[in-house]
Amino acid sequence: MAEFKQVGANASVAEKLLTWVDNRFPASKLYKEHMSEYYAPKNFNFWYVFGSIALLVLVIQIVTGIFLVMHYKPDAAQAFASVEYIMRDVPWGWLIRYMHSTGASAFFIVVYLHMFRGLIYGSYRQPRELVWIFGCAIFLCLMAEAFMGYLLPWGQMSYWGAQVIVNLFAAVPFVGPDLALLIRGDYVVSDATLNRFFSFHVIAVPLVLLGLVVAHIIALHEVGSNNPDGVEIKETKNAQGLPLDGIPFHPFYTVHDIFGVSVFLMAFSAILFFTPEFGGYFLEYNNFIPGDPLKTPAHIAPVWYFTPFYSMLRAITSEMAAALALMVLAAAAFSTRRFAAPIKLGIWIVAVAVALALGLLPALLNWFGALAGVLQPLFSALPFLTGIDAKFWGVVVMGGAVVILFFLPWLDHSPVKSIRYRPRWHLYVYGLFVVIFLVLGYLGTQPPSRAGERISQVGTLFYFGFFLLMPWWSRIGTFKPVPARVTFAAH
Amino acid sequence: MKKLILILLAAFGLSTAAVASEGGIAWDKFPEAKVTDVAALQNGAKLFVNYCLNCHSAAYMRYNRMRDLGLSEDQIKKNLMFATEKVGDTMKVSLDPKQAKDWFGGLPPDLTVIARSRADFGKGSGADYLYTYLRSYYRDDTKATGWNNMAFPSVAMPNVLWELQGQRAAKYLEEKDPHHEGRTLHRFAGYEQLTPGTLSPLEYDESVGDLVAFLQWMGEPAQNDRLKVGVWVLIFLGIFTVIAWRLNAAYWKDVT
Repeated sequence: MAEFKQVGANASVAEKLLTWVDNRFPASKLYKEHMSEYYAPKNFNFWYVFGSIALLVLVIQIVTGIFLVMHYKPDAAQAFASVEYIMRDVPWGWLIRYMHSTGASAFFIVVYLHMFRGLIYGSYRQPRELVWIFGCAIFLCLMAEAFMGYLLPWGQMSYWGAQVIVNLFAAVPFVGPDLALLIRGDYVVSDATLNRFFSFHVIAVPLVLLGLVVAHIIALHEVGSNNPDGVEIKETKNAQGLPLDGIPFHPFYTVHDIFGVSVFLMAFSAILFFTPEFGGYFLEYNNFIPGDPLKTPAHIAPVWYFTPFYSMLRAITSEMAAALALMVLAAAAFSTRRFAAPIKLGIWIVAVAVALALGLLPALLNWFGALAGVLQPLFSALPFLTGIDAKFWGVVVMGGAVVILFFLPWLDHSPVKSIRYRPRWHLYVYGLFVVIFLVLGYLGTQPPSRAGERISQVGTLFYFGFFLLMPWWSRIGTFKPVPARVTFAAH
Repeated sequence: MKKLILILLAAFGLSTAAVASEGGIAWDKFPEAKVTDVAALQNGAKLFVNYCLNCHSAAYMRYNRMRDLGLSEDQIKKNLMFATEKVGDTMKVSLDPKQAKDWFGGLPPDLTVIARSRADFGKGSGADYLYTYLRSYYRDDTKATGWNNMAFPSVAMPNVLWELQGQRAAKYLEEKDPHHEGRTLHRFAGYEQLTPGTLSPLEYDESVGDLVAFLQWMGEPAQNDRLKVGVWVLIFLGIFTVIAWRLNAAYWKDVT
């Protein structure tokens, strides 16, 4: 326990109060550790503002959410009407609702930019692996939060979007249908689904989310922030033991962030007040029709922030699954060369099992009709040889596209952290990654098409290739020397 | 790389073109200025309660919200309400769902947010659609109601505004198909007025514009306030941003 402090007899009331609190709760200590004496590198650029903005958007979502819950009715018969009630009869209800709906999209824009910053400056590298992992968990929670929140207005897109996504879980072998039933609480999306999604959206997920945000920040402040140069500022300290290239977070970065936040709020308000639907991307037009279990919309697409992943899901056709099976076998052939026989055998058994599950044999039959004589009797004798439905692999790929982010700290083998000191062509690889991600996002909003399917299959392979081959490609090329100190020009 | 970009661009171009060409005619542009024109909105409200509100409800819209259109509660009660409802009630209809199903094949949709729901990416706003739709009716004896619509083929609703518009027929031209020797194409070539309406075609377009303006306003009664508040918010944030920018510079000027 810290020493019990005494104040002088003529100390001010404020000083007495603070001392009283500090003797019982580490108020000053926390303030110093996380604000006034948290030393952040002084060379942050604009990419570093999105963390603070994400926190602001989280606060906006929570505060507006509290007010929305006061008027919203989580009831299939009343939900749609209660949202319109908020839009019309609740004083300033339209503002609160638009803040929440624009905030949802803004959250993803900001978080995608925040993650991209981490990606290009190597902010996930040692010792910041846990900062990154907590961040990925936050992203996962955010997706769950957004998905369940989207059902609540109970429009056609809410209803059918939820129906489509929950049905995906039914593709899981053996337990799928029961799993989907457990999520829905009914055989179709219904009042029961709305109630449980409401419960998850307003309390369960936000609780986890807030805990993870605290963990994310504590972990960050423990190891210190990375910076655009990828230089560890703690390695160069002055006589007092303070990092020479560091600067107290408060006031220097608070004032920085206030400026960034005001620019963000301008863009946010411009959308909120002048085009809250954002051309049907933030509020889908179809969602102004009450959810109708008997009328399936012609085209069901998730909201834009899910579409890159949705594209990857749709890219996995049975043909694509078979192509993946061939890649698994090729990878096994490549990797077993340097192993001893028993390990080799193990790898091959796993690889062949995965390839069969991916539906390699039916695809072979499709490609080479001549094999029918051999394969048809085999399938009737051992039906499991036909593999698992491609829909399931689509779900695996979609989930995998998010899960793979968690492993990034161990996939990157580049000798330097920041893109600034990596070979020029690495920058182009990252650029292409962004383009592919955007193209996948665009295709996910569109109705399925032959050309779109092919492009999203190529995009999916690139997305996974980018991560899975990173241990190799991130090492190749001529790296520039990293300076000992950060590069900083006075403002 | 360049080639890839070109291919991608071509793919996008093709897919958007494909979406734009599927189903229905191109939409006319709704005269947007009417949404802020009180006289047009009042006329639209009159048309709405007289022609639409018999079968279609606007169940999230209260009668007294029309005070925003410069009307007093008394005026609303006397001119726009015909039954026993209270001025604070929402615009419900007493159409029996069973009868509606017999007559139209289903319950006519609620119109409160119809203008918001009918927008289509690449084709236009919901108001554009409604403005086109209500001006695209023509006589078609093959349909049960005797009416058909260019913007919504085989629509269940007959032309309720026919007295205003008069009756029209669709004209078709037979043209040689440039791609198939010996075949002809059936091409739509405008309408033919069969009987005159009480309004001239120009007056009819004006009236439909007023009605759609009302539907657009009803979809989000706060929309004009929203724009006004938005201007002030952006002015405030603009000033705030300049101050924040200079404050930031003042703090950072001695950091070396």
